[in-house]
Amino acid sequence: MSDSSKKSDGRDRLLARVLGPAKPELSCEECFAELDRYVELSVADGEADRQVPGMREHLHGCPACAEEYRSLREFIDG
Amino acid sequence: MELPADTRPQAAPGRADGASQDLLRRLGTQGPEREEAVGELHVLLLKAARFEIGRRSAGLPHVRGGDLDDLAQQSADDALLAILDKLDEFRGESRFTTWAYKFALLEAAVKLRRRAWQGREVPLEHEAWRRLSDASSAERGAEDSELFAAIREEIENLSDRRREVLVAVAINEVPIDVLAERMDTTRGALYKTLHDARRMLRAGLAARGLRPGDGEEEKP
Repeated sequence: MSDSSKKSDGRDRLLARVLGPAKPELSCEECFAELDRYVELSVADGEADRQVPGMREHLHGCPACAEEYRSLREFIDG
Repeated sequence: MELPADTRPQAAPGRADGASQDLLRRLGTQGPEREEAVGELHVLLLKAARFEIGRRSAGLPHVRGGDLDDLAQQSADDALLAILDKLDEFRGESRFTTWAYKFALLEAAVKLRRRAWQGREVPLEHEAWRRLSDASSAERGAEDSELFAAIREEIENLSDRRREVLVAVAINEVPIDVLAERMDTTRGALYKTLHDARRMLRAGLAARGLRPGDGEEEKP
């Protein structure tokens, strides 16, 4: 990756962290309630984002829930 | 809610979903059959907790192996209690084991994040934004400078509570459950505060004609 694309990536990530998702998102409680279904749909390529609207946006905005999504996906898909 | 048959998650190859359903059935019985099922569930939860702790242990070099296994045991114990308490809430929209694993992974993740921040001060000051934005926009044009200056002004216009939460979580990268514990509140309540702060920032920027990052969200 070039220096300029690294800087652009850092800028975009900084803005994403501060501004969060632009679209409607689930709450942390709703995310946890749907996490197992969303992960299985993701693994099975079962249109997870269509089946669980607002989940991708929440995972984009909440680092803790995003970590738990990656953990569960890695664990059951491993 | 019942999923259409063609979108129902399939069991991964080699993993029998029947075993997961049988475990759930036996947890609903009484006596030795239930006790045996509870023991089997605890073994599965411990495996999940150890997985989570193993993948994060590099970030905790000061925690000894024995302490890490204690954390895994505590996580499995706490997850087991939560699952047995919420068994009626399982809706059957995933395998029972997938549903159960998320409790163990959550318990382990929360315990690890709290351990990592034990004894550390939670930074609430928003000078970090000035440093970050200066570094990020140092070699950029006037448009970026205007955007970052506007964000700084909008952050300063937030209420104290919203500014503290936004600065800690989004700028200083304090884990939200660590901050929730320090502020004596819940993760969900704190995320709502963060969400409101972000919404107000976006509204303030939009009023200035600035609409950064309104595109599709990336894959998590």
